[in-house]
Amino acid sequence: MATIVSYTARPRRTLQGLLLLFAVAIGVTAYALVGLGRFEEVPADLPVVAIGALVLAAALQVVVSLRAPYADPVILPLVVLLNMIGIAVISSVDSANLLYSDQETSVATRQMIWAVVGVILCVTVLALLRDHRWLRRYTWTFAAAGGILLLMPLVPGLGAERNGSRIWISIAGNSFQPAELAKIAFAVFFAGYLVSRRDTLALAGPKVLGVRLPRWSDFGPILVAWGFAMAVLVFETDLGTSLMFFGLFVAMLYVATDRLSWLIIGAVMFLPPAVFAATQMGHVRRRLTCWLDPLASENFDACGQVNAGLFGLANGGITGAGLGTGRPDVVPFAESDYIFTSMAEELGLVGAFAVLLLYLLLVQRALRAAVGISDGFGTLLAAGLGFVMALQVFVVVGGVTRVIPLTGLTLPFLAAGGSSLVCNWIIAGILVRLSDAARRPAARQLQGDLPAPGRRDAEVPA
Amino acid sequence: MNRPLRHVWLVISVLFALLFASTTYFQVIAQGRLNADGRNARAIYNEFGRHRGPIVVDGEAVASSSESDDTYGYQRSYDPGSLYAHATGYYSVVYGFSGIENALNDTLSGEADALFYQRISDILSGEQGQGATVELTLDSGAQRAAAEAMGDRKGAVVALDPETGAILAMVSTPSYDPNELASHSSSEVQQAWSELNADEDSPLTNRAISGDLYPPGSSFKLVVAASALETGEYTPDTVIPGPGTYTLPNTSSVMNNHAGGNQEACGPNDESTLMSALEQSCNTSFALLANELGEDELSATAEEFGFGQDLSIPMSVTPSTMGSDLNSAQLASTGIGQYDTRVTPMQMAMVAAGAANDGVVMQPQLVQEVRTNDLSTITALSPREQGQPMSASNAALLRQMMVGVVEDGTGTAAAIDGVEVGGKTGTAEWGEDRAAHSWFVGYADAGDQQVAVAVVVEEGGYGSTTAAPVAQDVMEAVVGG
Repeated sequence: MATIVSYTARPRRTLQGLLLLFAVAIGVTAYALVGLGRFEEVPADLPVVAIGALVLAAALQVVVSLRAPYADPVILPLVVLLNMIGIAVISSVDSANLLYSDQETSVATRQMIWAVVGVILCVTVLALLRDHRWLRRYTWTFAAAGGILLLMPLVPGLGAERNGSRIWISIAGNSFQPAELAKIAFAVFFAGYLVSRRDTLALAGPKVLGVRLPRWSDFGPILVAWGFAMAVLVFETDLGTSLMFFGLFVAMLYVATDRLSWLIIGAVMFLPPAVFAATQMGHVRRRLTCWLDPLASENFDACGQVNAGLFGLANGGITGAGLGTGRPDVVPFAESDYIFTSMAEELGLVGAFAVLLLYLLLVQRALRAAVGISDGFGTLLAAGLGFVMALQVFVVVGGVTRVIPLTGLTLPFLAAGGSSLVCNWIIAGILVRLSDAARRPAARQLQGDLPAPGRRDAEVPA
Repeated sequence: MNRPLRHVWLVISVLFALLFASTTYFQVIAQGRLNADGRNARAIYNEFGRHRGPIVVDGEAVASSSESDDTYGYQRSYDPGSLYAHATGYYSVVYGFSGIENALNDTLSGEADALFYQRISDILSGEQGQGATVELTLDSGAQRAAAEAMGDRKGAVVALDPETGAILAMVSTPSYDPNELASHSSSEVQQAWSELNADEDSPLTNRAISGDLYPPGSSFKLVVAASALETGEYTPDTVIPGPGTYTLPNTSSVMNNHAGGNQEACGPNDESTLMSALEQSCNTSFALLANELGEDELSATAEEFGFGQDLSIPMSVTPSTMGSDLNSAQLASTGIGQYDTRVTPMQMAMVAAGAANDGVVMQPQLVQEVRTNDLSTITALSPREQGQPMSASNAALLRQMMVGVVEDGTGTAAAIDGVEVGGKTGTAEWGEDRAAHSWFVGYADAGDQQVAVAVVVEEGGYGSTTAAPVAQDVMEAVVGG
């Protein structure tokens, strides 16, 4: 599509500043309401949280103004808001644990510390990564890094198993989900690899029944990606992570080649492992049962977490129980895997829709950057990062609301968990950088000068 | 690459549409079903986590909630424990609720529709919402007098204000301590529950309004007499037959004129006035009278008194019955409150109340007032007519006969100095080799204050000696004396 973009590029930094203030105001209010709802008093650390949030927002505002002045003004406010809603809900889980079961947990505090680390990394990305095309030079480095990260949990003594899945590594008592970091590495690798190969992948091959099939020799990369996904599935026994990587690859392959056959081939290739997991792996089989009929009396106890989540959703209803007045303490992993139901219980359908719309908007901004950006690598990277975020939200929220079986992924920015939060902040930094490239007037100018439409995708020599 | 990007966006939109749909399903469409699921811990926590309103008698809270330090948030307690147990009911985390706790659960919890504006104002003013206060009609003096007079005996006492239908006393013995069932310790509650249920005297049953019901015995003669007066063919002075024995039609069963095999005739020439027959409680007189009136006439009067009607006070009262499709032998037995006649003490109190209130029976009600926690009244008792079994003049005639029973007949033990007291005793046969249930149904009128009572003492023997003194105590507590 060669639409001529007619608007003049405007930085909109003031708008971003106001939106950031707005996001911080909502987040701080939510945090205060949790304390009021649970203990009828404002949390003692509210001033610290408010000032901290303002400082971080100011840091983001400054670095964007200096380093990415044309960046999309909506991305960072969305991310800040999601992160702060997440912290409020996690603090609700903490306070419920304290009030109802005398358990002192401080997940919210840890999440705040990770948020600080995340923002620092995001700022670092924006400060150091002046041009996203720099990433393309290290395509194969990222491939190697991604592969190593992905397979790290399998290293004896390093990997750790939780809930039947081996997707964690444990270093000196700190656990980390390397798949989150691997996600970024693979998105960069796929973008770099596909952009250089997409012509052969897109055009060559026999045509059968109106669908152009790829050449056998082009099957190599998809087989490798499939092999990795299988390795994750079989050895780390996690369907969610496996689905996420394979989905990322297939989606980016489709965007690069515009060939429907790749989508079909991808879906067909993922079927056997899914069936294998469903029938051969105990914990996946149990999740399948809990997906189909968790409330049946014979399944009820085994599906306690699913049911507790569903009861939480019902308790929330349309307007919600109110912040700090839900009962997340009765749901296992209410602050991480089940953060969505904890949030939906307290904020209701209204809040759940709002959060889903925040995600949808964030994904839309990523795709918008993909459309506006002038090089294929940037387009693919933005599209991949946007799609994988949408897929992740779908897999997690769909899992707890019984659209699909439950898997072990985390909700970006919302769920408690340092590795996930930090990696998603890095992604936010990359997206801001990409959106800056998409909206930069120089790029527009260049595009306007080009005589023929359809050349927007042309690569700028790196 | 824009075309595939649009497709990717389309796929993402579909995925999110699914999420919107599934979230809506569980938060809105399936909400009611999930919240009502008995295995849903949250529903229980929500129920017990509310600041429930108190139940009040004579300005004193007899059931109230206070904050507790455990997972539920509030603890329900009852003071005094067992006196009001059958009125308040229990409120158990394990076994649910009964009594007013159950019937007015929405009001006490603050969830009732009538409290909508209260909830909104609580939200706006930031106050912790509290359920509404329910004030009962019970008179603490009458209630205590009834419980003390019953003592260890099994049975029930109901006292009504005949003019309004307000329930002044409702006692069922033996009673239980609802605090034992309101405990938050499941094991203690289960222990108490199984002990209460294993008890042969079934203390959890509210005998005043439910349970197995009782045969009313001779106290039912009031209904027969009212029906006779209402035909216009009878007055208290009408002479009716009352032989020493009566062989029931088409059977070989012989009915004796008095309990305990006493075959003395009701008067000279085997006949007496209607008034005299009621005073002496002659069985043959009323057996014959019932057949003279016929089943239709008798059941029409009974229905106006409330027999066969669904009552809720707001707990539901088991409908009383005099049976149906009766042949003349059965109707004869029905005339003296036997055969299929089964009543609640509440129903018999309504019979006395109808006589005392000029023939109009008022609906019995237990709730005086519902107030919000800022003391504005939501609803207050409004008297409602249940039926009119007889005219005001016939009611006066019935009262005249009932006074005769207390002054000259079987009910002398219920008399109160300086107060008009009328009534009828009953000695209801109910099983081979079991002592009869003892009844007294009557009223007291001190001019400005009236009260109608029904007392049943299980296996108490003669109503004149067992039930009448209990009734006297209760009436005295209301009208003074």
